[in-house]
Amino acid sequence: MFEVAIGLGVILVLVILLLLFRVQSLLNVARGSDKKIESTSNKVNGALLLLFMIVSIIAFFWYSIAEFDNYTLPNASEHGVLTDRMFWVTTAITGVVFILANAALFYFAFRYQYKDSGKALFYPDNHKLEIAWTVIPAIVLTLLVGYGLKVWTQITNEPPEESEVVEVMGYQFAWKVRYPGKDGMLGGYDYRLIDPVNEFGVDFSDKASFDDFVPREIHVPKGKPVLLKIRARDVLHSVYLPHFRVKMDAVPGMPTRFWFIPTKSTEEMRQETGNPDFNYELACTEICGRGHFSMRLIMVVDEPEDYEKWYNSQEPWLTQNPTYLSKVPEKLQELAAVTTGINSKN
Amino acid sequence: MDQHIAETTGYHDAEWHAHGHHKESFVTKYIFSQDHKTIAKQFLITGIFWAFIGGILSSIFRLQLGYPDMSLEWLRPLLGGWITDAGKLDPEFYLALVTMHGTIMVFFVLTAGLSGTFANFLIPLQIGARDMASGFLNMLSYWFFFASSVVMLCSFFLKTGPAAGGWVVYPPLSALPQALQGSQGGMTLWLIAMALFIVSSLLGGINYITTIINLRTRGMTFARLPLTIWALFLTAVIGVLSFPVLFSAALLLIFDRSFGTSFYLSDIYIGGEALSNQGGSAILFQHLFWFLGHPEVYIVMLPGLGITSEIISTNSRKPIFGYRAMIGSLLGIAVLSFIVWAHHMFVTGMNPFLGSIFMILTLIIAVPSAVKVFNYLATMWKGNIRFTPGMLFSIGLVSFFISGGLTGIFLGNAAIDIPLHDTYFVVAHFHLVMASASFFGMLAGVYHWFPKMFGRMMDEKLGYIHFWLTFIGVYLVFFPMHYIGIAGFPRRYYSWTTFDVFNSFTDLNTFVTVAALITMVAQFLFLFNFFYSIFRGRVAPPNPWQSNTLEWTTPLHPGHGNWPGAIPTVYRWPYDYSKPGAEEDYIPQHIPYSQTMESNLPHENDLIALEKEEEDIVIDESSESH
Repeated sequence: MFEVAIGLGVILVLVILLLLFRVQSLLNVARGSDKKIESTSNKVNGALLLLFMIVSIIAFFWYSIAEFDNYTLPNASEHGVLTDRMFWVTTAITGVVFILANAALFYFAFRYQYKDSGKALFYPDNHKLEIAWTVIPAIVLTLLVGYGLKVWTQITNEPPEESEVVEVMGYQFAWKVRYPGKDGMLGGYDYRLIDPVNEFGVDFSDKASFDDFVPREIHVPKGKPVLLKIRARDVLHSVYLPHFRVKMDAVPGMPTRFWFIPTKSTEEMRQETGNPDFNYELACTEICGRGHFSMRLIMVVDEPEDYEKWYNSQEPWLTQNPTYLSKVPEKLQELAAVTTGINSKN
Repeated sequence: MDQHIAETTGYHDAEWHAHGHHKESFVTKYIFSQDHKTIAKQFLITGIFWAFIGGILSSIFRLQLGYPDMSLEWLRPLLGGWITDAGKLDPEFYLALVTMHGTIMVFFVLTAGLSGTFANFLIPLQIGARDMASGFLNMLSYWFFFASSVVMLCSFFLKTGPAAGGWVVYPPLSALPQALQGSQGGMTLWLIAMALFIVSSLLGGINYITTIINLRTRGMTFARLPLTIWALFLTAVIGVLSFPVLFSAALLLIFDRSFGTSFYLSDIYIGGEALSNQGGSAILFQHLFWFLGHPEVYIVMLPGLGITSEIISTNSRKPIFGYRAMIGSLLGIAVLSFIVWAHHMFVTGMNPFLGSIFMILTLIIAVPSAVKVFNYLATMWKGNIRFTPGMLFSIGLVSFFISGGLTGIFLGNAAIDIPLHDTYFVVAHFHLVMASASFFGMLAGVYHWFPKMFGRMMDEKLGYIHFWLTFIGVYLVFFPMHYIGIAGFPRRYYSWTTFDVFNSFTDLNTFVTVAALITMVAQFLFLFNFFYSIFRGRVAPPNPWQSNTLEWTTPLHPGHGNWPGAIPTVYRWPYDYSKPGAEEDYIPQHIPYSQTMESNLPHENDLIALEKEEEDIVIDESSESH
C-alpha cells in the first residue's frame, strides 16, 4: 500500500513538472523571449560560470590544504623522496596552469557575454602569440622530461650487489615470499613442479634451494637495498607497496624486479603516524579476479640487527617439509641433510 | 589539386532530379537506410541507449563503493543471483560491472555513438556532398555495430556473467576460464562483439575518409574545411590504422582461448594444474592492445574537440583563433597518438629504457594539446558570447580538457607513474580528459545540431539545467578521486576494508557516489528533452545559431541528397564571424567575396577574379549510383 502511494506521488510530481515545463515553454513563445539573445538566461549563465569558478577554486584550495595529511601517505623509501618531490614540483607547475587556464576560461565567458550592442573582435590569428604558447610549454615539458628521466633511470638502475633478495610470488588471491637463506642464493624453480605444498615449484635438484625459507610476512632491513624478485603463478598481479612508492607487475612466465631502500622501520612509522597498530602492507594493483581487493601481505621493516636475528632464526622450507627430501638427487642428499638439519636416513 | 578531384569524382547538379524518384518504404527509410542522416540518427539513438546502460552500471558499482554496508536486496529483481545471500553485490559481478562500463562507454558510446553520429551527419552536410561515398557500406557499418551491440548485450544474460577482466581484457585473466567466471562465455561474446565492432568501425572510417577526400563541393579546399571535418577526418584515419591491430590482438586471444595456442600464455599453474602453454608473452597483448588503446583515446577525443571548435567559434561570434594551428595540433596529436602507447606499461616489467623513450614521446603530445586549449581561450577573448546549451557544454569540455589533461603530465612521467599507476588518480585523469570531455563534446554536438537533425529546437532551459547538474556533478565525482588516488587507493577494488592503508575516505567515497547518482538522474532530463523535442519541440529557424557552415543552407528537413538544387559553391573559410565592415556578424561559406566588398580583406579581393572560374566548373554527378 505504502509503495503504491509513493509510486502515485512520484507520478504526480512528474506530471506537475511536465505541466510546468509546458507552460514555461509556451510562455516563452508568447513573450517572444526565445528570440532574444541578450536574455536573462544568457546573463544568468554567464554569472553562474564565474561563480562556479570562484567557488570551486576556493573549495580546491580549502580541501587540498585542510586534508593534506589525510591524502598524502608518509614515505618510507629512499627513491620515494625523489618521486614525491617530483610529484610536488609537477603539481606546482601544473597547478598554476590549472588555475590560470580555468580562470581565464570562465572569466572570458563571463566578461565577454553577449550584448546586442557589442561586437566581437575579428582576430583570427597572431603568430607571435601562437609561437610563444607552443614554445613555452615545450620548454617546461622538456625540463620535466629531463628531470623525470633522471629519476626514472636512478630508480630502475641495476640493483646494488649487496641487495637483500626477496622473491615475491602472486597467485589467486595471496602473496608468497621466499628468502634465499644463509647461502644468499634462491633455488631454481619450475612451474611444472608446483603442487599444493611446494607452492613455489622449487626445484630441489638445485642445492641453492635447500636453505630457502618461506615466512608468513615479508621482513626487510632498514637502510639496506632490497631487491624484490617478482613473479606470478596464474594471472597478472602487481606488487604495490604504497608507503615505499613501489609498484611492479607480476607476470606469469616473465620474472620482473624492483629494488628500493626502506628508510623507516615499522616501529618508527608507528611513532610517526601515532598508530600503535600500524603495519606496512603489500597490495595488488592489477585486476586478477574475484579476490583482487584482498591480496594483503604484511611487510615488516626491521632495524638491521633485528633483521639479522629474524633471518637467522628462520627454518628452511625443506626442514618444515621433510618429505620433499626425496626430490633431492642422490648425490646431494648428504648436503641437503646437513643444510636442513634432518637426517635423511631416518 | 583539390579542384581536380572534385571535378572528376563529384556530382553533377543536373542529375539531381534523378534522386527524387525513389519510392522509399518504411524499411528502406528508417531501418536499412543508406541515407547518412538517418544512419547518423541510428548511431545516436543506439549510443544514447548504451550511454544509459553504461551509466546505470556505474551507478550500481558506485553504490557498492559509497555505501559498502548497504543492503542491495532491492536490486535482486534486476540482478538475481549477482546479489549474494547477504544482500551484497557479488565481488566478481562488481568486476563485470566495471569491465562492461568501460567497454560500453569507450567503444559503444564514445566511439560509435560519437564518431558514428557526427561523422555520418556532418561530413556530407558540411563539405557539400549528396551523401557518403558509399551509402551501402555506411549502412553495413551501422548494422555491424547493431549486431555487435546485440552480442554484447546478450553477454549480460549468461549465467557466468559478462566479461569481467577489465575493459583492457589482459590475458592470462581473460584467457583462462578457470581464472574468472567472466572469462568463460562472457569473454567469448565480448571478443565476438568487439570483432563485429571493429568491422563496423573500419567500414565507417574508410567511408568517412573517402568522402572527405573525394566529395568536397566546389571551392571546399582542405584549407576551408570546418574543424569538425578535420577532426572527424583524422579520427577516421587513426581508427583505420589502429583498429586492425586490436583485431589481431583479439584474434590471437581467441586462438589462445579456444585452439590451445600460447601467444600470451606461459608458465601457468592454476586450478591445481600446470598448463602446457609455454613461450607466450602476456606483455605482447598489452603492446598490441595499447597500440589501439592509446590512439583510441584520441578517436574518442578528437571529434569532441572538432565539434567544440565549431560551436565555440559560432557562439563567441568570432573566428576560431589560429585555424591553421588548430589543424596542425590535430595532425600532431594524430601522429603522436601512435607512438605513445607504452606509457600505459611503465610498471609492467617492460625494459626501463623503453619506458624512457615513451615518456619523452608522451610528454611531447602535451604541446599540441596545450596549443588547442590556448586557442580556445583566445577565441573566447573579446567575443560576444551566447550561452546556448551547446556552448555551455563546449566550455565544460574545455575545462575538463584542461583539468584532466594536466594530470596526464604526472602519469606520462614514468617516475611519478610508479606510485600513481592503477590508482584512482588514473581514474580521475581519464574520466575528466577523455570520458567527460568527449561526453560533453557529444552533448554539445547534439544540442547544436539537433535543429538540423530533427528540424526542431531542444528546450533551452532544460538544457541549462542539464548542463549545470552534469557539469558540477562531473567535477564532484571525479575531482575528489585525485585525492583518493594520491592516497594510493587502487582501481577495481570491490572494497577497501581489507587494508588498513586504504581504510579511510569513506565519507569522500559516499560523497562521490551521491554526486554520481545525481549526475545520472540529471541525464534523464536530457533524455526527456531529446525525445520530447523530436516530436513537440519548437520548429527551428533555418539557421538557428547564425552559423557559417554549409549544413545550414539545406532545407529545414533535408531530403535524400541534402540540397534540392545545386550544391552550393564554397568561397571562404567557415569562420568569418564579426568581420569588420560586414553588416551581419557572420558571413556563410557560400557567400562569394564579390558580394561582400565592404568587408573583404585586401588579399580576399584578389580572390574575386577566381570565383568566376570556380563557378564554371561542371561537376559530374552521373557517376553516382543510387
